[in-house]
Amino acid sequence: MAWNLFGGKKKNELAETSESDSSNPEDGESDSPAGDGGSSDASPADPTAEKKGFFGRFKQALVKTYSVLNTDVRDLLKNEGRLVDDDFLKELFAILIKTDMGAGPASKIRDEIKSQFRGRKVYMADFIATAKTTIREIMDQPERPIEYAESGPTIVMVCGVNGAGKTTSIAKLTNMFIKDGKKVVLGAGDTFRAAAVEQLNVWANRLGAEIVMGSQGGDPASVSYRAVEAAVKSNADICIVDTAGRLQTQTNLMDQLSKIRNVMQKVVPEAPHEVLLVLDATAGQNAISQAKGFSAAAGCTGIVLAKLDGTAKGGVAIPIRQEFDLPVKYIGLGEKEDDIALFNVDTYVDALFPESFGQE
Amino acid sequence: MFDSLQKGLQSAFKSLRGKGKLTEANMRGGLEMVEQSLLEADVSYQVVQEFMGTVTEHALGEKVLLSLNPDEQLVGIVNQTLIETLGPVDNSLPTGQDVNIYMMCGLQGSGKTTTCGKLARLLKKEGITPLLCAADLQRPAAIDQLHVIGDSLGVPVYSDRENKDPVQVCNDAVKKARADGNKVVILDTAGRLAIDEELMQQLKNIDRKVQPHQVFLVVDGMTGQDAVNSASAFNDALELDGVIMTKLDGDARGGALLSVKNVTGVPIKFIGTGEQLESLEPFRPEGMSSRILGMGDMVAAVEAAQELVSKEEQEKLEQQLAKGDFDLNDFRNHMQKFANPGIMMKMMSLIPGMGQMRELMGNEDHTGEIRRMVGIIDSMTAKERKTPKVIDQSRRSRIATGAGVAPQQVNELIKQFEQMKPMLTGMAGGSANDKMEMLNKMKEQAMSGGKMGPREKKGTGARLSAAEKKKAKKLREKDRKKRLKEKRDEKRSSK
Repeated sequence: MAWNLFGGKKKNELAETSESDSSNPEDGESDSPAGDGGSSDASPADPTAEKKGFFGRFKQALVKTYSVLNTDVRDLLKNEGRLVDDDFLKELFAILIKTDMGAGPASKIRDEIKSQFRGRKVYMADFIATAKTTIREIMDQPERPIEYAESGPTIVMVCGVNGAGKTTSIAKLTNMFIKDGKKVVLGAGDTFRAAAVEQLNVWANRLGAEIVMGSQGGDPASVSYRAVEAAVKSNADICIVDTAGRLQTQTNLMDQLSKIRNVMQKVVPEAPHEVLLVLDATAGQNAISQAKGFSAAAGCTGIVLAKLDGTAKGGVAIPIRQEFDLPVKYIGLGEKEDDIALFNVDTYVDALFPESFGQE
Repeated sequence: MFDSLQKGLQSAFKSLRGKGKLTEANMRGGLEMVEQSLLEADVSYQVVQEFMGTVTEHALGEKVLLSLNPDEQLVGIVNQTLIETLGPVDNSLPTGQDVNIYMMCGLQGSGKTTTCGKLARLLKKEGITPLLCAADLQRPAAIDQLHVIGDSLGVPVYSDRENKDPVQVCNDAVKKARADGNKVVILDTAGRLAIDEELMQQLKNIDRKVQPHQVFLVVDGMTGQDAVNSASAFNDALELDGVIMTKLDGDARGGALLSVKNVTGVPIKFIGTGEQLESLEPFRPEGMSSRILGMGDMVAAVEAAQELVSKEEQEKLEQQLAKGDFDLNDFRNHMQKFANPGIMMKMMSLIPGMGQMRELMGNEDHTGEIRRMVGIIDSMTAKERKTPKVIDQSRRSRIATGAGVAPQQVNELIKQFEQMKPMLTGMAGGSANDKMEMLNKMKEQAMSGGKMGPREKKGTGARLSAAEKKKAKKLREKDRKKRLKEKRDEKRSSK
């Protein structure tokens, strides 16, 4: 049975974590990934798994979520299963809430367990299967890379709140496209924040992409127009346009996004082919409001979930997927330019819950 | 999201309100709603549990159960507990030393660099020119960003692009400040994604070798459950002196602040409410508490209103009101100020309970309504504006024709004016408390159906189809039966 996978080797760890958990559960999480890597080389959470390619990297990014869920759930279930009673359900809810998945999905999973196992003993394997199915149902989506334009350059517009990680995500995307042998033109449309243009320029030089810049405080729409124009002229494959960070409640700034869209369409009528919303994975429930606001103003086609390695959670992707028809396309995994990966539900769910960890 | 929760809490309290007597079971329902609301506001789970323990203790006390307005009592308790948890207030920036060193730390993208600028502006306003130190050597162009901010404020910035050691850069900056006579040095350190050893070691090194007098943690107001982890890690490594929460100008409810406060125990100094460098407000637990509960912020509303009207204008208005010669002309001028789009909505969202009102008005273009009111007043003669009483039927129809409205709307406007006048007179000259009370009165009036503008001209409505009539009748009948049944039940139970 799958829960046997954790059986022997995790026993001492279990004792450790349950101790630290009882004193300060939140504290326990932040150092557990390192602990996992050190204490057992068979552990899938091993940070050295980086070289394992995409699957390993993805899991590495979710290692913290994994460790929160696992140590806690393992703790909750012990090794021999537990009677599903009110206390159990309450504890389960607390664990799920901690991943930032929000009260909705958390209670859905809790209720699912409740209706299936009420008054019975639940084993790890049952729990995992139920939780995985529920999340997979919510997240149901195929892997979605960028959709390229049929002809001419593919115009990608990137938006998000301040400090979400737009510029860094653009750098990562650019790096990925260039490695694929594509020609990339960048548009430094964040003319508001001090030195944002310079930041993108540094990246463009480092990665070898063409860049179109405006002056600080200039009109972002004009920069995007020129960027798209340059992409067409130089026969580039992809044109990525940065925008200034803005909060979804700032109506006039949101209107500006529509304007940028319109202006691009003067050069390429179908532009932008993709509008990516960059969400900070450490963000809490406000990310839902962001997804809503930006979709309304800019017509988002997908999400880049940034800083996923910096958070113990990553669960925020679940309610967003549940409430909007917005697929998560890419995830940002680290600080380096190649720390980006396609989002894959199965991998995500598998990384979130331990069962498949023994399979690789 | 925000609105739906506010509605949820309100409806929970409404259901409490309906019940004449409050039982412990009822109250538990209300408490669950509060818990849910806190979780949705991103307060961390442990903190919510602790917090609810305190609230429950108070809420299940005899006093609340017997009180006449249990719902208000419960909100009051939650509010009070929030304020106590978030306080005490300490907005001071100590400047006792020859050179005071402030160090900023936080996760990537939390807004450290912008906040450096905001603090610098605040200090400059108080006559202290700080030195900004660009110790973020990781992010491309972070140094440039600080330079741009420094230039725009006229504040010196120290940076050393060749040096890769942040400790040395900071020390050099302190030396420079000593030489140049800058009383404050603000260190802008690098942010990181995860709480990793390397970052903490670097910060600890700066802390040990530069010995900042104040260490401020900058926290993104949109952070979720993770806030506890990062805050406690920073607190353990650095011994924080204060917290600054940023990006609270959106609809994030900032529950993370409660978590951070709970974990670190250090005072919350400021909150960032915008991208502009002047958008830094001293922290007020009252306002934050209302925000977390989704109740609006009264003081901020009054402040917003004050921003709208210049001080001289306000004084003039107060004099006029005190003398009692506030006429339609003044009314018109003030209405016109509110025609500024967004202002009304902003104010309404800040006033407790006005959320519903705002929804009622929807996205309707109320500025158009105000323009119409101004139009009506513009169609009056000077005499009519001065003394609206002279407006009789013929004058009324003349005005209505002139403004292109129905005669009733002229009446409505005059009625509005007569109603507003005593209220505004109350606002003038009174203390801040009186003003609050007046605002409350206005709110009550607004809630009870009286709208601020003239009543909208509504069609009598399209005729209902037979099916619709039938449905409406059915609903009425159902409602009536329900009421009857309730009455019967009540009688039975009282027997």
